[in-house]
Amino acid sequence: MWLELLVAFFLLVGASFALIGSVGLARLPDFFTRLHGPTKATTLGVGGMLAASLLYFTGRTDQLSLHEILVGLFLFITAPVSAHLLAKAALHLKVRSVAAVPEGFERRAGD
Amino acid sequence: MILEIAVYIALAMMSLAILLNVWRLVRGPDQPDRILALDTLYINTIALLVLLGIHFDSTVYFETALVLAMMGFIGTASLCKYLLRGDIIE
Repeated sequence: MWLELLVAFFLLVGASFALIGSVGLARLPDFFTRLHGPTKATTLGVGGMLAASLLYFTGRTDQLSLHEILVGLFLFITAPVSAHLLAKAALHLKVRSVAAVPEGFERRAGD
Repeated sequence: MILEIAVYIALAMMSLAILLNVWRLVRGPDQPDRILALDTLYINTIALLVLLGIHFDSTVYFETALVLAMMGFIGTASLCKYLLRGDIIE
């Protein structure tokens, strides 16, 4: 019973974070702000789901379920790498940004 | 009972999240936006697969989730490399 409550709690927390990240992806104004939303929230969302699954299958089969840790570890290693690559690609393509121009610089035509 | 209701609510939330990602994928003004939408899409799909594993009470979905995690990362990395260099393997 308590295990079931705990699993339900982690499921709802994970799904909420994933949904908030996706709302951020859909609603924020430019690419760099959109990058910040989902890359944080979805890893936490998947983390919550994996914690729920680990508890559920550990309680179900009475032996430690370790598949989830493998998936989670892989995702936590690769998420920052892909976010870094995406930011580099966006900087290279000079994607439109809503950030203010730093002092001492001017916004050139076409930037 | 509580777990069943929680699973259904979580399924609805993940489906909504995936629909929002698809909207950004179709809409996204620039190429990096579309790649970011694909990246978020595969991560959310992994969460959905784990959720389905709990719902159907089966451990088969973990292998799928692991393969999806690898393939998704390789896809994102190669698409970004293509945008950065104009080529994937130089």
